[in-house]
Order: sequence, then C-alpha cells, then structure tokens
Amino acid sequence: MNAGAKVKLLLKRPRINAATKAHSTHPIWFIVPAFFFLIIFFIVPTVLNFVYSFTDWSSFKTEVNFSGFSNFTQLFSSGNLVADLRITILYAVLVAVFQNLFGFALALLLERDTLLNRIARAAFFIPVIMSALAVGYVFQAVLEPKGPVNSLFSFILGRPVEIPWLYDTSWTIVVVSVIHAWKWMGLAMLIFLAGLKTIDGEVLEAARIDGASWFQTLRTIRFPLLAPAITFNVATSLLGSMNSFDIVQATTQGGPGGTTELLNIYIVRAFGQGLFAQATAMSLVLLIMVMVLAFPLIWSLRKREQIL
Amino acid sequence: MLTNALQRPSRIFQPLAVLLTMIFSLGVPFWVIIVTAGKSAVEARQPNLALPSQWEFGKNISTTFSEGNMGVASLGSLLLLIPSVFGVLLLGAMASWVLARRKTRGLLIAYTIGISGVIVPPAIVPIVLLLKQIGLQGTPLGLIGVYIGMYMSTVIFFITGFIRTIPIELEEAARVDGANPMRVFFRIIFPLLGPVIATATILVSLFIWNDVFYALFVVGGRLDTLPLNLYQVASSGLYLQNWNLIFSYILLMTLPMLLVFIFAQRRIISGVTSGAVK
Repeated sequence: MNAGAKVKLLLKRPRINAATKAHSTHPIWFIVPAFFFLIIFFIVPTVLNFVYSFTDWSSFKTEVNFSGFSNFTQLFSSGNLVADLRITILYAVLVAVFQNLFGFALALLLERDTLLNRIARAAFFIPVIMSALAVGYVFQAVLEPKGPVNSLFSFILGRPVEIPWLYDTSWTIVVVSVIHAWKWMGLAMLIFLAGLKTIDGEVLEAARIDGASWFQTLRTIRFPLLAPAITFNVATSLLGSMNSFDIVQATTQGGPGGTTELLNIYIVRAFGQGLFAQATAMSLVLLIMVMVLAFPLIWSLRKREQIL
Repeated sequence: MLTNALQRPSRIFQPLAVLLTMIFSLGVPFWVIIVTAGKSAVEARQPNLALPSQWEFGKNISTTFSEGNMGVASLGSLLLLIPSVFGVLLLGAMASWVLARRKTRGLLIAYTIGISGVIVPPAIVPIVLLLKQIGLQGTPLGLIGVYIGMYMSTVIFFITGFIRTIPIELEEAARVDGANPMRVFFRIIFPLLGPVIATATILVSLFIWNDVFYALFVVGGRLDTLPLNLYQVASSGLYLQNWNLIFSYILLMTLPMLLVFIFAQRRIISGVTSGAVK
C-alpha cells in the first residue's frame, strides 16, 4: 500500500464512523411508518394520476385500457378544459387579491394593542375555524335576492334592491371569491400583524422625527419590510384556492350556467357520472397547473424578498 | 403637542371604524346564523335579519339530532379525527427526528419527497381506485389512511424545522448514559416537541373536522360525518331551504372548534404565524 492510499484510508475512516454512528443513534426505521402512509396514500395515487389520465377507465366498463390523449382531446373539444381552467385561475387570482387586501386593511386597522382590537382580531379569526361548507351556506342565505344583505341595502338607499348576487353569469365568480377571501382574511390579517411586529420601532420613530407622514412610512418603510409576510400570504392564498371546492359547491354548485365551475367541481361531477378517467385527467390538469405556478411563484417572491 | 393633537381624532375614529367593520363584515352573517337557528321552519324559509317571533332553538337542535343524525355524525367525525391526528403526529414526529438529524443525500431526497404534499394537491380519483383495489374504499380505515398520508407532509415540515432548533447535546448526554434511540426519542425529544405538536394537532384537526371533499369521495353515503351530513341535509330536496335546521347544524358543528380556539387562542396564533414572517 503506498502512502497516498494510506492517507485516503485515514481520511475515509472518520466518515465511515460518522455514518455508522448516525445509523445507530438515528435509525432509518424511524422514518419507515411515516413514509409507508405517505407513499401508499399520497405518492402512489399521484403517480397513478398520470397513468389513469390516459386510459378509458369508467363505471360503464369492466376493464381498463389505454386510450392515449383521448380524455384530454375530449375535455378540450367539449370546452370544459379551457373554461374550467380559466375560471379556476381567475378565482385563485381574485381570492389572492381580496384576501390580502382585506387582511392587510384589517392588520393596519387593528395594529395597536387595545382591548377592542384584541377582541376584534379573535372575532375575525372565527371564519377561519368554521367549515368552508358552512360558510358557503351562510352566504347563500345572506345573499338571497330578498335576503339580509339586499334588505340592508334597501334600507340604506331607501328603495327596493334585489341584486342577484349568486345568479349573475359575469359577476358571481367575483362574489364567491369575496366569500372565500372573507373566510380566510383573518389568517392573512394575523400574518400581516406578525410581520408588522417584526419591524424595528426605532426606524419608524426616526422616520417620524424626519417628518414622514403615516402614509409615507407605510409605503416606503413598512410595506417593503413586510415582504416575507406578503410572500407567504400570496403563495398560500393563490395555491390554496386552486384546490377549492366547498364554498363554491355550497353557494352556486358551479352555476349559473357553469360560470363558477372550478376544476374540483367538475371532478366531483364527472366522478359522480362514472367518468373516472375524465375526472382523473382533469385532476392531472389541476396538479400540473399548481406545480407550474408554485415553483416560479415561490422562487420569484423569495427573490424579491432578497432584493428589498 | 402637535402629534398628540393629530392623533386625537384617530383615537376616536379607530374604535368606531373597528366596530363598524365588525358589524357589517362579521355581525350580519353571525346574526343571521343565530336568529335563523332559533326560528320555526315557516319563518326561516326567507332568511332575514328579524328576530324569531318565538325562539324554537331547542326544538331545532333536537331535530338535527333526530333527523339530521347529528349524534351519529359527531361520532363518525371523531372516529376519523382521533386516529388520523394521533397517527400522523406520532409517525410524523418520529420521521422528522431522523430527517432533521441525519444529513445524507438519500435522506435529503426523502425529506424533499416528505414535504412535497405541502404544495402538491392530493389526487383524489386515483386514491379511490387504489382504496378499491386494497379493499379499503368506503371504510373509515381507508379515509384515516388518506388523511394520514395527506397531512404527513405538513407535519414533517413543521416538526423537522422545530427539531433543528433543539441542541443535539441534549440527546448526546442521554446517549452517553446508555439510552437507545427509542428512549432518546420518547424521553428527550418528544417531550420537547410540545408547542409544535400542539399547533400541528390543532391545524390538522381543523382540516379533518371540516373536510367534506375527500370524505365525499371515500366514505360518502357509507359513514356519517358532520360536514357530510350538513352537505346531505342542505342539498337534499327534502330539507331544501330549511335554513333553521341548516343553521342549527352549523352552530353545533362549529362549537367544538370554537371552544378549542377560545382556550388555545395564543397557541393557534403563534402557530399559524411562525415561520411565515421570518
């Protein structure tokens, strides 16, 4: 054995020791049960999603055969694919905008630590812990043409108001996204509040002494320093609302005229009709869309954070 | 002096703005839930802001139990919730410990796969097919497995981050005394995970308690859970627009989570905001 090999062996030894030590102190079987559930109930179905999207699996047949892109061409030619994809993206963007606007406004309004503000913060968190389905039913009742919201408007304006909030083919998608934002605005508020708390009070004091107005400090100091909170809120609201089902199902069931039909509403309907492969193909569309948006979104928002 | 004078109007204006925002954005929906849950079927047909002419709250509640199967549904929800939460947290914590402490290439890949579910939405239709093939479709056991698999990523993500902040010297001291990995984990690490376990328990419980989408696919029509029954009560023609029953149901199913929130408010708030603003 030459000297070089000996040195290599000497250098290698501690690494082997470290590895065997880690093996005995933190044994690999600790991760086995968790990954058993993760793989069987999450990873395998996700992989199968790719496979079954290209088959003719349905409740009308006993066997499953490959059928190429026929599910996708069918979804495309029926117009469902483009329409539902467009509606889901529009919904997610609207939710992200409203949820963050409401959350940010609430955070600024309830920033000071007074008793009333603390009560209000807790109250605005109640919708977050409610079932989304329940929230949907509540708003279906509240927004009825002759329901409470319209009667309030009638009272304020002094003339009968019967706005068909949930029956308008162009505006109902906005209404349901506002309902979604209403449910989650308490969460966005808390995250913005936590972000505002991390800002050094001395910086704000210095700006105030220099004569900066409340709005100037907000725009030039506090808003840029909120970047991490904005990143988190935008990413979670945008990606979370793409996988939404409950609120829209409870308020409009995808109507009127399919104008609020999110991908998940279609998936449930197609599955109920026994069109399993088509439902799977649509869920693959959802999966790919979330992935395509998630990585650049998180990456670019993180990057913006570093610059600011 | 000047700042005081400028701040004074906002001292009066701010609480007023808070109250008005609360009344219009929360007050209206919450008021409608409470008054409608107390109305008779006839009065509740057209939801409005009026008080019930006679409170029939008790009668509505008993109807949700007798006709809406509230009792059975609560048991069904708990039957799913308890094993799922227990399983995902215990197994997730065990995996997180090794994932946090060992930095080999293989385990790094395992960690990436482990947290993939934080972003990737679960593929529900293939899940149903898979459950059919292994004979678990339509069973509580199948849905428990789905919940454990689905929320494992969130749990691993939370707990791994937390364990990395625990100094390894704590473990080493016990190891010198001859403790094996099981002992080190359950005696040293697990008790230190209290805060993060509490947060994750509340979050996962909230998801499962309120879930209707995955339950509909896996156990729909075979097992009563609170959101599934609400869905059936509200969408079946028989109960169409029986708002008094729907809102009594909503009130009752929200109550347990509301109580948890009131008692664990601080924990929940610090939990949901931790890591989001750093």
